[in-house]
Amino acid sequence: MPEPLRPRRRLMQPSVIPGFGLAFGYMLTCLGLIVLLPLAALVARASGLGLSGIWEVATDPRVAAALKVSFGISILAALTASTFGFLVAWVLTRYDFPGRRVVDAVVDLPFALPTAVAGIALASLYAPNGLVGAQLAKLGIQAAYTPLGIYIAMVFIGLPFAVRTVQPLIVEIDREIEEASATLGADRLHTLTRVILPPLIPAVLTGFALAFARGVGEYGSIIFIAGNLPYVSEIAPLLIVIKLSEFDYKGACAIAVIMLAISFATLLAINLIQAWSRRRFGYV
Amino acid sequence: MSEAAALPRVSPQPAVATEGRPVRWVLTALAIGFLALFLVLPLITVFAQAFAKGWDAYRAAFDEPDARSAIRLTLTVAAIAVPFNLVFGVAASWAIAKFEFVGKNLLVTLIDLPFSVSPVVSGLIYVLLFGAQGLLGPWLLANDIQIIFALPGIVLATIFVTFPFVARQLIPLMQEQGNAEEEAALTLGASGWHVFRTVTLPNIRWALLYSVLLCNARAMGEFGAVAVVSGHIRGLTNTIPLHVEILYNEYNFVASFAVASVLASLALVTLVIKSGLEWRYSDELAAGARRH
Repeated sequence: MPEPLRPRRRLMQPSVIPGFGLAFGYMLTCLGLIVLLPLAALVARASGLGLSGIWEVATDPRVAAALKVSFGISILAALTASTFGFLVAWVLTRYDFPGRRVVDAVVDLPFALPTAVAGIALASLYAPNGLVGAQLAKLGIQAAYTPLGIYIAMVFIGLPFAVRTVQPLIVEIDREIEEASATLGADRLHTLTRVILPPLIPAVLTGFALAFARGVGEYGSIIFIAGNLPYVSEIAPLLIVIKLSEFDYKGACAIAVIMLAISFATLLAINLIQAWSRRRFGYV
Repeated sequence: MSEAAALPRVSPQPAVATEGRPVRWVLTALAIGFLALFLVLPLITVFAQAFAKGWDAYRAAFDEPDARSAIRLTLTVAAIAVPFNLVFGVAASWAIAKFEFVGKNLLVTLIDLPFSVSPVVSGLIYVLLFGAQGLLGPWLLANDIQIIFALPGIVLATIFVTFPFVARQLIPLMQEQGNAEEEAALTLGASGWHVFRTVTLPNIRWALLYSVLLCNARAMGEFGAVAVVSGHIRGLTNTIPLHVEILYNEYNFVASFAVASVLASLALVTLVIKSGLEWRYSDELAAGARRH
């Protein structure tokens, strides 16, 4: 008796387009050699240390302090970047003013400006004798060579992420909903907080997570302004560089793996936010 | 990182669906003030400091042989890394966008991975692989091949940090464009290569240029990853950003900012062309540019 025909699960749908083997093979080779193999080397090195070994490095007072500086300040900076990022995105999409296109282009500056260039510029601007630093000094605030300097650099580097994740969704808001809300008697603030903001929350959270992840890993724009005082203004990526220059591969690997784990956790969080948003609001 | 999307025109809105004039004015001033203080002022500082002691001091920074070799090295690295990522990006988006297969999402995530890795870690992984104490270190040493503290290491680290640029721009675009045009061309008897050149390539050319532009800016400006693998050997393994760092740490501020101003100009040119492309070709740059 012939077997009934069942739809087979296929690994690949048939296609008349040529070149799959070549393109797929080339892609996989590059991905494997450039990205996956080196990352695997790090994970292999770190797993050689074992969890106890990584924990030992992580709880070393200097390392713990650096991780705290990196994570603590980048959370604060990401909060600032999200807040002002939302404001900038709102103003850019909703209000018409001269030079709007230029302002929009300026937002991408931190993407385009090399981090070392941003770093020395921020350092000289906020140094006690710098243009902004001198003004702050009159108020008794020292920004450069303190954690405040790290915060400033992280806001700089995180801002475009915050703006660019929220902006497209503000464009998409259906104006009629706002008008309906106003017609039904809500004042503008009420409409903003109850009608406009809730669907934007996933995008704001995604922007926050991206700015946070960028801040944690950032190196070039921070080290010039940070002062790099151990226990006070030393960031985790710098400590990796220091450990490497001391040939302390164990220490460097352990910190790197901790940072990698945080990056992946952030990526996962972003994916979860977007999955939730898709269910709740029907879009990413 | 940013996806190409043109800034849509502000449509006139009824008074009930917008903020009052004073509120609008204050918010606009606040946003522009914030951007001016945090983004524009640092950029102006670069040029102001570079010309602080006049044109001759500025020029002198480039008469240094070390500065010239740094510029040469950066151009060399970009000339290898950018075409590499261009070919990879086109191959990856062809495989991912034109075919249906299991595990696609995982692949896209893996391609995006370098964007979420700290630059310092991106350099470290190559040191762990190719460094003297690395996995392949002893073998490389025995065969007299130097990767870390030499050109190959710098190129590898640069390729890593710019890896996703082209692919992530092309994949959504090619997915949205679909296969219909290619299938029609194949039915009419064109060869695969011919179809790619005459059908696919014209459809993605602006997106390709756009992503290559961003990829190049990052490749020339990369600091953290390159700092780890370069070893800072003056005149040999110093790229422009590393040269800027060394001059700055030697308190040679004018020279440091002078060299930095070259990178800042590159960033400005990149932004201008990028905005121009977004303005003119938004529909051909990104999937759903109007929607997204």
